[in-house]
Amino acid sequence: MNVDFTFDWSAALASIPQLLTGIPWTLLISFGGLAIGLVIGIIFGLLRIAPQVWLRIPAIVYIEVFRGTPVLVQVLFIFYGLPQIIGGPINALTAGIAAIAVNSGAYISEIVRGAVQSVARGQREAGLSLGLSRQQTFRHVIWPQAFRRMIPPLGNQGIISIKDTSLFAVIGVGELVRQGQIYIATTFTALEVYLMVALLYLAITLSLSLALRMLERKGLVGE
Amino acid sequence: MNDINLDKSAQQADEPIVRMHGLNKHFGSLHVLNNIDLEVSQGEVVVVIGASGSGKSTMIRCINGLEEFQSGELRVDSHDLLPHGKASRALQTIRTEVGMVFQQFNLFPHLCVRDNVTLAPMKVRGVPQSDAIATAERLLDRVGIRDQADKYPSQLSGGQQQRVALARALAMEPRLMLFDEPTSALDPEMIGEVLDAMRELAREGMTMIIVTHEMGFAREVADRVIYIHQGEIVEQGAPEEVFDNPRNERTQNFLARVLKH
Repeated sequence: MNVDFTFDWSAALASIPQLLTGIPWTLLISFGGLAIGLVIGIIFGLLRIAPQVWLRIPAIVYIEVFRGTPVLVQVLFIFYGLPQIIGGPINALTAGIAAIAVNSGAYISEIVRGAVQSVARGQREAGLSLGLSRQQTFRHVIWPQAFRRMIPPLGNQGIISIKDTSLFAVIGVGELVRQGQIYIATTFTALEVYLMVALLYLAITLSLSLALRMLERKGLVGE
Repeated sequence: MNDINLDKSAQQADEPIVRMHGLNKHFGSLHVLNNIDLEVSQGEVVVVIGASGSGKSTMIRCINGLEEFQSGELRVDSHDLLPHGKASRALQTIRTEVGMVFQQFNLFPHLCVRDNVTLAPMKVRGVPQSDAIATAERLLDRVGIRDQADKYPSQLSGGQQQRVALARALAMEPRLMLFDEPTSALDPEMIGEVLDAMRELAREGMTMIIVTHEMGFAREVADRVIYIHQGEIVEQGAPEEVFDNPRNERTQNFLARVLKH
């Protein structure tokens, strides 16, 4: 073990301008993928608890497949595998966003299902007994309560997905880790640069945690 | 309560608002409701008593379709409800005409008191917001909690919550009110305020079916008391008959147990 290593602060600082160019890509893949994943998750989460079996089964299959396989395999499949089916290349950014979308979508489906099912049965009965239709009861009574309960687990999923985007360096999309690798290839300052990369991820995830905590505090009035 | 309802009641004055005939319900092998026959007339106050698990809550929950039944006839406000919860267009109509107050209040926790009361009139009846709010404030005033309209349910006591639940149901101008053990989840000191509000409603002529363990209240407000034992109506009659002179042995045993303390 090399015990007299030196941590070169100037090398660490010098890498920052290049690392920062990766952040827009990281954010774009994360939040683009999560936005689509939220839509997928709401749709499949509700299908998952539909009264009709033929609606539930496709939802269960989707959730199990994309929750049960690694996101790295998913992005490799989309980036290298899918072009063979569709007969044309898929750019790395699209592949990354798609992978986060289908992966987070599977987890968000379960978040949505859990939140809707956690709303007490009496709420539904109260809505129906007032003459609201099933749809109105869902929209005005069940969903607003379920949505509030979804915020903390959604925040959790957001943080996981942001970190998952680091894997996409392997398909060459110029996100944070990829920028670090490029920088290190010419400067050989792995220690300093990966520490900076880690700190930048932390800055992103901590900001999200903070934003969610504020949202939660605001959203939970009256519960 | 409004002109439309008065016209309706005049038109159907001779038809009972609830008519159950040979109603049966099973939960697996358990026979929850056994051949129930029940008629409730306009303006009548019926109190249903019986031990826990006797089927009294299940019976009134059939009236607004929260529970399915397997066989028999059930006609509510001139609309037929079908066995096995078969989708009937009448069900939603019945629910707009029949209000319900639950043991656990079931207020909407994400809405303030006023919005709890205005939601259904606006969404179901299409009442304009300003009218719905005016009605809500009148009803909240009537149950003594007008000054709490901006609060959320969790900020109210149990008794206040149950009075909001009553106002919420009344906002739909129901022709029949169902009460499913409305005071059973309340602290003892709050039972009185809820019973007072129900008493006043009875005095105004509302048709009410009340499941309760409050025997003193039952004796005072009921036009008719029904005793249910293991899913069967065992005895019914005027409160003084049922309470003071029960004919059936099982009614006698039940009353001996609940009236002792």
